[in-house]
Amino acid sequence: MKFSENWLRTYVNPALDSEALGHTLTMAGLEVEAMDAVAPPFTQIIIGEVKTLAKHPDADRLNVCQVDIGGTNPLQIVCGAPNVHAGAKVACALVGAALPKMSIKQAKVRGVESFGMLCSEQELGLAETASGLLLLPSDAPVGKSIRDYLALDDQLFTLKLTPNRSDCLSITGIAREVAAVTGAALSVPSIVEMSVTHSESLPVEVTAPEACPRYCGRIIKEVNAQAVTPAWMAQRLERSGVRCVSVVVDITNYVLLELGQPLHAFDLAKLNGGITVRLATDNEQIKLLNDQMVTLASDMLVIADQQRAVALAGIMGGAETAVDNNTRDIFLESAFFSVDAIAGRARRLGLSTDASHRFERGVDYAATKTCLERATQLILDICGGAAGPITETVSTLPSRMQIRLRLARVRKVLGVDLVRSDIQALFARMQLLVEMQGDEFLVTPPSYRFDLAIEEDLIEEIARLYGYDNIPAILPNAHLGMLPCTDTIRPLAQLRERLVVRDYQEIITYSFVEPEWEMDFAGNTNPVPLKNPIASQLSVMRSTLVGGLVASLRYNLSRKQERVRFFEVGRVFHAGQDGIEQPTYLGGLSYGATLPEQWGVAHRNVDFFDAKGDLEALLWPAKAEFERVAHPALHPGQSARVLLDGKVIGWIGALHPKWTQQYDLPQAPILFELHVNALCFCELTKFTEISKYQQVRRDIAVIVGENIASSDMLSALKEAAPEQVVELAIFDLYNGKGIDYGKKSVAFKILLQDTQKTMTDLEVDEVVTRLTQVLSDRFGAKLR
Amino acid sequence: MSIEKLDAIVQEAIAKLAATQVAAELENVKAKWLGKTGEISLLMKTLGNVSAEERPKLGALINAAKQKVEDALNERREAIKAKELEAQLDKEALDVTLPGRGMGVGGLHPVTRTMARIEALFHSIGFEVADGPEIETDFYNFTALNIPENHPARAMHDTFYVDDNHVLRTHTSPVQVHYMQNHEPPLKIIAPGRVYRVDSDATHSPMFHQVEGLWVDENVSFANLKGVVQDFLQRFFERDDLRVRFRPSFFPFTEPSAEMDMSWKGGWLEIGGCGMVHPNVLKHVNIDSEKYIGFAFGLGIERLAMLRYGVNDLRLFFENDLRFLRQFN
Repeated sequence: MKFSENWLRTYVNPALDSEALGHTLTMAGLEVEAMDAVAPPFTQIIIGEVKTLAKHPDADRLNVCQVDIGGTNPLQIVCGAPNVHAGAKVACALVGAALPKMSIKQAKVRGVESFGMLCSEQELGLAETASGLLLLPSDAPVGKSIRDYLALDDQLFTLKLTPNRSDCLSITGIAREVAAVTGAALSVPSIVEMSVTHSESLPVEVTAPEACPRYCGRIIKEVNAQAVTPAWMAQRLERSGVRCVSVVVDITNYVLLELGQPLHAFDLAKLNGGITVRLATDNEQIKLLNDQMVTLASDMLVIADQQRAVALAGIMGGAETAVDNNTRDIFLESAFFSVDAIAGRARRLGLSTDASHRFERGVDYAATKTCLERATQLILDICGGAAGPITETVSTLPSRMQIRLRLARVRKVLGVDLVRSDIQALFARMQLLVEMQGDEFLVTPPSYRFDLAIEEDLIEEIARLYGYDNIPAILPNAHLGMLPCTDTIRPLAQLRERLVVRDYQEIITYSFVEPEWEMDFAGNTNPVPLKNPIASQLSVMRSTLVGGLVASLRYNLSRKQERVRFFEVGRVFHAGQDGIEQPTYLGGLSYGATLPEQWGVAHRNVDFFDAKGDLEALLWPAKAEFERVAHPALHPGQSARVLLDGKVIGWIGALHPKWTQQYDLPQAPILFELHVNALCFCELTKFTEISKYQQVRRDIAVIVGENIASSDMLSALKEAAPEQVVELAIFDLYNGKGIDYGKKSVAFKILLQDTQKTMTDLEVDEVVTRLTQVLSDRFGAKLR
Repeated sequence: MSIEKLDAIVQEAIAKLAATQVAAELENVKAKWLGKTGEISLLMKTLGNVSAEERPKLGALINAAKQKVEDALNERREAIKAKELEAQLDKEALDVTLPGRGMGVGGLHPVTRTMARIEALFHSIGFEVADGPEIETDFYNFTALNIPENHPARAMHDTFYVDDNHVLRTHTSPVQVHYMQNHEPPLKIIAPGRVYRVDSDATHSPMFHQVEGLWVDENVSFANLKGVVQDFLQRFFERDDLRVRFRPSFFPFTEPSAEMDMSWKGGWLEIGGCGMVHPNVLKHVNIDSEKYIGFAFGLGIERLAMLRYGVNDLRLFFENDLRFLRQFN
């Protein structure tokens, strides 16, 4: 909502300067988004009349003008504007005048004395560009300050109104609010009922009374549609950001700004018979005032004549029945359309109009007729004509129920010890109708307030008028109880920290990604799509974190980073049978050297096992199992799924060479992705006795087939091992010189310890023999 | 055998020892004088030829001479050992200014770091962290928060739609609803997380982070809301002189509602929205709004991070440039 401060001050004029008024509005909840001066500061510019002009003797384009400024002698001013002419009323800057970009001195222009300057709008700072002088109306008073004449000492306020305050979508509404907040007197123009001078009327039938509880209309005949919009009105419209169109439209727009009631004028000659207010039929079409053809739905309200829809009710009039220069008689409509009948309709049609903006927030249903009278009054004043009787169709209007407000509740909600009289005084300033019942207020909200229905609404009003600033900031007193601290939950922060100490940097990437990433990295042909993405490459929801990790790698590689270790924690989205699943995943990527480049350490690129080590550290003390698995993103020979307690919790592997190539990566990053939920639980630590007997270590080195999985051998050994075996691990792997092709050498470390006694060599040997036998039986292993 | 000769032997031995530089040589010297066939040992053997009355005297003299040589030997041995140790230490000296070897350390994203600070501050007064889905139903994102269909507030939200009934949550407020459905008051939570709006330019990101706060109890007030928010911002920015201003505003799910501004470099900066939980919201989750009262607030996490660390461009948070991210390690 944009308006002129001067206009507002004609209705309410508190003793506050512009700045303070702006602050007051903001602190009352009518946020001032912008405050712009109508004109920049300048001085000594007055209205002059060009009496005579003569060609400059030495310059073709210049004229030497004699300008009357109301003094005894005219001023001689040299002027180069193409539109200067004798009799022109112009803005004349006197010697000594300070303009936005220059100051005026007495000067010789090509040898001719000049005692001032005739100004364009550009020079005055009123417009960005100008092609000639600002020409004023012929009745502009010579000698008068241009600032006063054009009322340039004015501020344009732009309010960012919240949707609950539809009552402030008019100057009158804002004035009412300013009066309530500041206590200044309110004086709005009085509206008189115009005398009816003919008896013609159009029959009006409302077939959708719930959507249109009140419809008023009247015929005004013999209107001069070509009359000129008066300057004062044009100025107020322009300063409210409304372009002047033609006088009748300007008047309806003016009343909209003044009182908040959207009106519409039809060219009576273009209407066929009486008016029907009805719901549209499905696929009914109408050409709107902006020449847009729209197709309607059956929940949209139209104004129709006997043949067709002639206006989209509460949104925009139709083109076919619009007032034009040749219009003689008009049918003027002022209606109350209910919020529910208008809300959302304009948006569905891709429209947003001043009318729909108001109706979908609520228009004063008690002022329908008054506003029609106001518009009539202005039309008759400006365009002449004769007003007919008002046809009014009323059904059930909204009602304003009494709201019960308890003093104790006010104090409890706000935390301020207000007393009865405080609240009474605030309500009086709002001119609310209040009845007292003990400490309870029974308040009937006015018809223009659509946001007052329950006790809390009134409490908010009290807080607003009392001043949010005056409510103290008080720390609450609360019962002190400790929060739970579950020992078997590993907080996400701890998981993150584990990766950080292993040199991973956390990133955050968009949850919406390119559909191709989903295809490439997850084989997902059915990602969750967005209906209105901001860009095609951000059009589906991710089901894996890989895309973002790879894209961030690429971003940094192109910025000369050679070693990149990233992780991200975030939700992913799977379109499942029973709706969308949104688990939180943790994804990691490592690329480049194992260690930061440094002295004394040989360079080596990360491989599967480096990342696997990171992953194992992340899971520690839980121990996961790894099984080779195919994954769309990964190298088939270097990918594994991760299992914890037999449940798959994620995967790890090198990026598939085809993606490495397609995504322009010099080498393959190692990636992993885990379900966070599976990582967030751990067993409660349970102490076990430490054996005080000797520990014995034995190693077994065997030769087996190259494709035997080490984990299979380890689990076979663990299965067969007696309880004295406290640790079993692979400590060496070799398949070079001295080992037959297709074979490998694997060395196992076996730690043995009994809790009851020191084991004898014989007992140890027995165990080792048994385990060697297992390897030989199950895997054909031969002792090395 | 004369005393002179004994002295001469001792002198020679001491001189020899003094000239010795390495431990091995020292043993040779020791053998030559103190060994079984060494000069002093040989002298001892000659005692048998001396008269019984002179024997003790001479014996004592030889013993004294032997002791002298032994002392000199030990002294020399220590000196050589010390010298050798010194040489070893010299040889082992490092350029300790060379950087240490090994793994580097990564870091958290500044948004995570900021969230952690927020969580820690609220945790210190008993708030727990709650979470909720990012694809929300229309009900949780709007209806349950008192934003019915066609309400103009919906248009203000620039919503991403998944289908007719699902949206990307436009705020973290739906977490309030989920939490209240599953917990009995009194309750105190904050809910940080990702939110989405159809908006992308220098100052808007289509995805960003908010933190929602909710306190429902029998006796919390608007004045308490002001107190908690002010306390938080003062602690977050570590500035006791930071002031907080509440301005009347409108959110369908709170009433009274306020925009929060904080004092910043001589002016006011909008920092979030807040208010007392609207009774309709409590009604949706079957909480008796007569008995319980609540307040809620929402803050932009990137905004807080930008102000705290002086970041001047929102887009940096999602470009994931290592040169940016490492600054927060």
